[in-house]
Amino acid sequence: MNPLLEIENLRVTFPTPRGDLEVVRGLSFTLGRERLGIVGESGSGKSMTGRSILKLVRAPGRMTADKLTFDGIDLLTRSERQMRPIRGARISMVMQDPKFSLNPVMTIGEQIAEALLTHQRLPRREVNNRVLTMLESVRIADPERVAKLYPHEVSGGMGQRVMIAMMLIPEPDLLIADEPTSALDVSVQAQVLDIIDELVKRKGMGLIFISHDLNLVSSYCDRILVMNTGEVVEECKAGELMNAKHPYTRGLIASIPRLDETRTELPVLDRSAWAKK
Amino acid sequence: MTAISLKNLDIFYGEAHITHDVNLEIADGESFALVGESGSGKSTVLKAIAGLAPEWTGEINVFGKPRSHGIDRAFSRQCQMVFQDPYGSLHPRKTVDATLGEALTIHGIGDRSARIEEVMSSVGLDRKFRFRFPHQLSGGQRQRVAIARALMLKPKVLLLDEPTSALDVSVQAEILNLLKRLRQEQNLTFLMVTHNLPVVSFLCDRLAVMRQGRIVEVADVADLKRGDLKDPYSRELMHISAAHAN
Repeated sequence: MNPLLEIENLRVTFPTPRGDLEVVRGLSFTLGRERLGIVGESGSGKSMTGRSILKLVRAPGRMTADKLTFDGIDLLTRSERQMRPIRGARISMVMQDPKFSLNPVMTIGEQIAEALLTHQRLPRREVNNRVLTMLESVRIADPERVAKLYPHEVSGGMGQRVMIAMMLIPEPDLLIADEPTSALDVSVQAQVLDIIDELVKRKGMGLIFISHDLNLVSSYCDRILVMNTGEVVEECKAGELMNAKHPYTRGLIASIPRLDETRTELPVLDRSAWAKK
Repeated sequence: MTAISLKNLDIFYGEAHITHDVNLEIADGESFALVGESGSGKSTVLKAIAGLAPEWTGEINVFGKPRSHGIDRAFSRQCQMVFQDPYGSLHPRKTVDATLGEALTIHGIGDRSARIEEVMSSVGLDRKFRFRFPHQLSGGQRQRVAIARALMLKPKVLLLDEPTSALDVSVQAEILNLLKRLRQEQNLTFLMVTHNLPVVSFLCDRLAVMRQGRIVEVADVADLKRGDLKDPYSRELMHISAAHAN
């Protein structure tokens, strides 16, 4: 079977007064219908990698790659207009914060319906049914009531579930989740990730899960890429993360406090060790 | 000696009744955590102590003195708050120097330059940052500024509202180490709000679990480390945290 997504030598650059700054530097990977985690700190280029796949890098940023194909489609040569049937319908993206990503003046039901109607024509009754079923599948207990609410009337966890419903209703083949739970509590976090996980498995979708939380990524993904300053420093299976070799990955793992913490001081990354080659 | 004592504290936002009958005794020099999910009222308790949520009934005592409902300068000298988001809590058009110096001006304290430099070095900020603006600093550096601001008046108690949840794990480690060191050096009392149990395990001595405005359990951190919490809800929180760690 062909891979769902192939990326070779992806680069994203931003012009600065001191010359071009490369935030993603020659990234390559292929993705099947699997769950891939991308981990790294702020500024490691992980979010830009996610946005590049949808060609959502805004000017003055520039994105180049030797190859960027999705399900046999060459995304590099596609115009903005030609990207539209792909965005949302085939590849969709869950953003970090529901407070800023939902439209405050549309009801939740209307927004989810809009995501569907942008890509296909359906009778109104069918749209309504699909919206309510989708809200149910993200475990919203009372979908008819929630569909009539505005985003400010729901909690953060519920807002994020609404986002997921909106992103999944066109039944995409690839879901990019960029820090989908970092605005949420630990207890709600687990619920939201379980929902994503279940839907991804049931529909056989590909998932790219972008996060700075190593523990979360290793429990919800099959494979992990660790990024630092725009490059992949380590690639491994999720279960083998604890045996990671690169000093950066090891440093990240060591700096997380544990529930049964006994260390009096947490080790801090020594950035000089690998920052300059 | 008791640093903070809360008795039958009920806090309101207008009509909404946020916390019910909160009772806590926090000893001088202790590091105490309030944990629970969003909406449990944990941050509201901090705000009431800091004077940012003035509608409450019951008693708030800090070092034996009852706290008034309004702004209280004597109180500010003893008790300061560090906020969650260093991107939102620093004035974008004030330099580090202006942010740190403001408290000194308000309280009519002289020796400004020396005190600013002293606090900056104690939080590990290089002198070169003194005349920079927040947007010129990284998230970790901003949180150091926020902590430095809280320390300007040499308080005895720090109220910490999720001090590391907006930061990367590697930066979180730096800030946690810093807080731990400051507490030892300056003999501070911490009251920290968080939903991150491993952070509690690293930094605190005791914790209280809150749910829907009530304290459901007060426990030693040793109990948390052994997985020995009693209340079913605290156990649930603990299991979720443990599940992610593996």
